[in-house]
Amino acid sequence: MTDIVAGRVASTPVAARRVRSRVGFSWIVPALYIFFLLVPIYWLLNMSFKTTNEILGSFSLWPREFTFANYAKIVSDPVWYNGYLNSILYATLNTVISVSAALPAAYAFSRYRFLGDKHLFFWLLTNRMAPPAIFALPFFQLYSSVGLFDTHIAVALAHCLFNIPLAVWILEGFMSGVPKEIDETAYVDGYSFQRFFFKIFIPLIAGGIGVAAFFCFMFSWVELLLAKTLTSVDARPIASVMTRTISISGYELGVLAAAGALTIIPGAIVIYFVRNYIAKGFALGRV
Amino acid sequence: MDAGTAAHRRGFRRLTGIAMTLELRNVTKRVEAETHIADVSLTLARGSLNVLLGPTLSGKTTLLRLMAGLDVPTQGQVLVNGQDVTDVPVQKRSVAMVYQQFINFPNFTVFENIASPLRVAGVASAEIDRRVRDAAALMRLDRFLERYPLELSGGQQQRTALARAVVKRAELLLLDEPLANLDYKLREELREELPKLFVEIGAITVYATAEPSDALLLGGNTATLSEGRITQFGKTVDVYRRPNDKATADVFSDPPMNFIAARITGGKAHLPGGTSLPARGPLAGLPDGEITLGFRANHLYLRAPGPDAVPVTATVAVTEITGSESFVHVMHEGSRWVALAHGIHELNPGAPVELYLDPNRVFVFGRDGRLMAAPAIAAAA
Repeated sequence: MTDIVAGRVASTPVAARRVRSRVGFSWIVPALYIFFLLVPIYWLLNMSFKTTNEILGSFSLWPREFTFANYAKIVSDPVWYNGYLNSILYATLNTVISVSAALPAAYAFSRYRFLGDKHLFFWLLTNRMAPPAIFALPFFQLYSSVGLFDTHIAVALAHCLFNIPLAVWILEGFMSGVPKEIDETAYVDGYSFQRFFFKIFIPLIAGGIGVAAFFCFMFSWVELLLAKTLTSVDARPIASVMTRTISISGYELGVLAAAGALTIIPGAIVIYFVRNYIAKGFALGRV
Repeated sequence: MDAGTAAHRRGFRRLTGIAMTLELRNVTKRVEAETHIADVSLTLARGSLNVLLGPTLSGKTTLLRLMAGLDVPTQGQVLVNGQDVTDVPVQKRSVAMVYQQFINFPNFTVFENIASPLRVAGVASAEIDRRVRDAAALMRLDRFLERYPLELSGGQQQRTALARAVVKRAELLLLDEPLANLDYKLREELREELPKLFVEIGAITVYATAEPSDALLLGGNTATLSEGRITQFGKTVDVYRRPNDKATADVFSDPPMNFIAARITGGKAHLPGGTSLPARGPLAGLPDGEITLGFRANHLYLRAPGPDAVPVTATVAVTEITGSESFVHVMHEGSRWVALAHGIHELNPGAPVELYLDPNRVFVFGRDGRLMAAPAIAAAA
């Protein structure tokens, strides 16, 4: 008996057993994690291809009556597709404004020492800590009185409140990764500041700009409260359209699900392009 | 007038410019309450190779930045050819600079890196091509012109930076410890090439380094820098042989110079611990009083070098063996000395050791630290 056991142990090298046990169980935790992450997204897609009756009437793991009608409604109804266009427009506007304003600010924070620079930098960050809700009322009052209410630029500017600090924070990290001697070498070579900044510096931190732009776009895209408060018809964001259509003709759950599925797409596209840089941003401890 | 002619004109003026000089006049640089450079006056002539020798934090980099125009002095003036350029920005000066770190533009190819100053100056592209290829050939970068700097080895990256500095044909070439980050072999190799290169350029070259051996190898002039002050400026060998004061001697010795306080009475130098040196060589004819003796590590012997040598007893602290040489660190009456001996010497830490001092080879400094007497040239080396 003991001989057999000993022989079996000897014929199975310890290392091989370890490898097998790792292969055996280690996939379970990530698989469960991904499963639970994907379930809501799957369910959203699942619903978006069903009719409202099927959604309300029965429990089905996949659409029994597969339909594109929900999507068709969104691309044909101006209220729906304008919601998308409005959101894309102000999010893009905000991204452009935030990043262009943050570039010089981040350069100053990364390259110069000035009175109160560290306090100012921290104060910028605290803007991100404040919930946007507390700014909704002042923005509404202010924008109404200067005639900016219900315009794309109003939402874009309001979102700058938290996106510029974020962009400054991200860009400062990337800029500080470029040695100051690069700037000086350029000046010694005869570059003016502008020429250096656009020809040498911007390409060097292109990844950082991509990451900053991504986050600005995403935060502007998902922000609901300010966007909803500052608009009514002309610049109404998609999220707002989604919350208001519920009551028109009962629950249009299928259309709502399709709209939800579509809101994921811009983020997925942008993240595909900046995925490598985001890893770098994490490495710099800034994202 | 096309760009090529403009560049040609500039080149012409450079060549005909008579006795081009760079002068620092009482330059002081303070950052907040800290003085980085204190009252430096220095005149450098065209075609000269000047070594700025000083330990870390002595102000070498700050001084180079002031010369370049990257920093503006708190007080004092910088003059080029007698004209005050203190407030002229670096872009408008004729300067090239190489850093200790390998600084190139990572998004440019090696060719474009070298061409960068010429592109900004608006030189015609045919001439850019010719000059870049010349500089690249000089720095043996011909094969790497289409690569990006980060695809090169450290040595090649620094060659690229050097080539960019060379191609500009600036009047002032500043090198801030350009070899410090290279490994030993590359450093040796480049250190031999660089002096030839400097001669070829014909600019005012300033080479900052912390290593006395660099200064001796490069030759030219040396300015020793200690705590933000120029302690001495002169021909390198002269500074080495006759340092003005203790600070200079210390900076220009590797390992640092050994010092011992002594008192001259009755024609003899009495050392703490009861030993005394006969008044030979530099010690001859000194008035009675307190002095400091300084001697380099290679003049502290494990075996008596001659009849005048006097034994002193010290305690071994540690022995560093490099192979052909041993650095023996000892403690003598509270001061730390280093002796350089040929061959391998295995001495146990804590053990007493007998060392020899040769009165013919000591530097004598007064109480104020000024040099009173130096060894004869034959004995100083």
